[in-house]
Amino acid sequence: MIPLTHFLVLGAILFSISIAGIFLNRKNVIVLLMCIELMLLAVNTNFIAFSHYLGDISGQVFVFFILTVAAAEAAIGLAILVVVFRNRRTINVQDLDEMKG
Amino acid sequence: MPDLTPAIPEIFLLTMACVVLVVDLFLKQEQRHLTFWLTQLTLVGLFLLTWNGMQTTTVTTFGGSFIRDSLADLLKLFTYVVTAAVLFYSRDYLKDRNLFKGEYPVLVLFSLLGMMVMISAGSFLTLYMGLELLSLSLYALVAFNRDSSEASEAAIKYFVLGAIASGMLLYGMSILYGLTGTLDLASVAERLAAAPEHGRVSILFGMVFILVGLAFKLGAVPFHMWMPDVYQGAPTSVTAFLGTAPKLAGFAMLIRLLVEGMDSQQASWGQIMMLLGVLSLAIGNIVAIAQTNIKRMLAYSTISHVGFIVLGVMIGSNEGYSSALFYTVIYALMSLGTFGILIVLSQKGFEAEHLDDMKGLNESHTWLAFLMLILMASMIGIPGTAGFIAKFWVLQALVESGHVALAVYAVLMSVIGAFYYLRIIKLMYVDKPEREASGRQAMDTGVVLSVNSLSMIALGLFPGILTATCLAVFAGG
Repeated sequence: MIPLTHFLVLGAILFSISIAGIFLNRKNVIVLLMCIELMLLAVNTNFIAFSHYLGDISGQVFVFFILTVAAAEAAIGLAILVVVFRNRRTINVQDLDEMKG
Repeated sequence: MPDLTPAIPEIFLLTMACVVLVVDLFLKQEQRHLTFWLTQLTLVGLFLLTWNGMQTTTVTTFGGSFIRDSLADLLKLFTYVVTAAVLFYSRDYLKDRNLFKGEYPVLVLFSLLGMMVMISAGSFLTLYMGLELLSLSLYALVAFNRDSSEASEAAIKYFVLGAIASGMLLYGMSILYGLTGTLDLASVAERLAAAPEHGRVSILFGMVFILVGLAFKLGAVPFHMWMPDVYQGAPTSVTAFLGTAPKLAGFAMLIRLLVEGMDSQQASWGQIMMLLGVLSLAIGNIVAIAQTNIKRMLAYSTISHVGFIVLGVMIGSNEGYSSALFYTVIYALMSLGTFGILIVLSQKGFEAEHLDDMKGLNESHTWLAFLMLILMASMIGIPGTAGFIAKFWVLQALVESGHVALAVYAVLMSVIGAFYYLRIIKLMYVDKPEREASGRQAMDTGVVLSVNSLSMIALGLFPGILTATCLAVFAGG
């Protein structure tokens, strides 16, 4: 049986990759959306691992909700992205700097 | 079958939001005001339902994941009032920009539902669902003006940073779930209090993620980067909404998670909150001075007010929580009025959002200038206004709990902050107008705006009822 810590480490690594991706990425907004999805999946891994080892089902129920919300979030994110592209003709992160101060 | 009675306002709102959505489909553009009035009617109905169902005892349902207590009732009532006022202010603004569509009130209603679920949340699950319902509706609202390049940029920034915040919050929740084995906040509190000494580090690990998420959502420094851009880029009517009502829900989230869920860890989160509060007061007040865009300036002003709220909660006593609750309510009302004035001053093809647009306001709109004067005085915290009582109470709570240095610091920062509010007053009353006077508003909007602004004086002179209510909310629990 795989010990709990392995799952937690996997979750932590996925989470770190997503955070690093968001802050290092200077190119494309779509990569940001991918990182956000990855972040939610890292959380899901955590929840399922805990849920299994604690023998408590509510963590897995939470995961269903997170998956649903992630889908809705991706839909809204992509919709906003389309609006940005129509207005700017670019989805480059560096070009999104009209407002400063 | 769970007891549905405590959740009747939420169920009513969900039904009505769907009704508004469907009814709007069958309306022509010139009948669109029916959607508006139906939305207002919904809010009145909600107010009555919540008001009539008010109890002094705490009721929980859905297996403890939904709480109805006096904190929830108080915050919900103010959220309805704020939402109704925002809709009144928005109407002409949206008409002038061809944005007067049915989706607007529907999105506002759904985000209101999200806020209500957040306010009543009794478990991590309901809290997260409410938060996401609120955030997703707000992302869409910020991008509501599809042809505006600024609004879409603001929306994508808000979306990305908001999603990071939710992710952080969730990660923290997953850690705490692993440590306690439950999602229910009351049980989480019990098990954290019983946690052994060597488990403190892992609790702290989870808690820090939750605090980062909370700070992002509230807009506390150093997680405030999204606020100025979103406030500036969003249509003013949306800024008025997202700068007011969600703060009430954010306060509820703070209380539910930290005070009800992690009361035993107050010593640790208190320190982190203190840091957030101190930084917010400094950055908010100082950077606001450099702004020329009023909406952006108000975003920094919000950050500084959030600093006060955070400091109030940080104290960790009922007195502190009550003062922070009072501050949040007053803050929501006064920034609502300020944005209301900006909305009313904006005309077709013109956005009142630069400091220069306030020049000579007294000559063109004496009454609006007077209302703005009251609001700015309240933001500064001049005695006689509600803002003074709010600041005074937080400071008093700080001093009583032994944080004298913090109180002095907060006063100093408020004095620095007074500069940019006074500058607006000076522009309105001393300078000559630069542009042609314009501006009209519907009768009902004017009445709402006046009542909103004058309530700052009323609450400043007679704060008794509201302060007593705020005290009673936390005295019981």
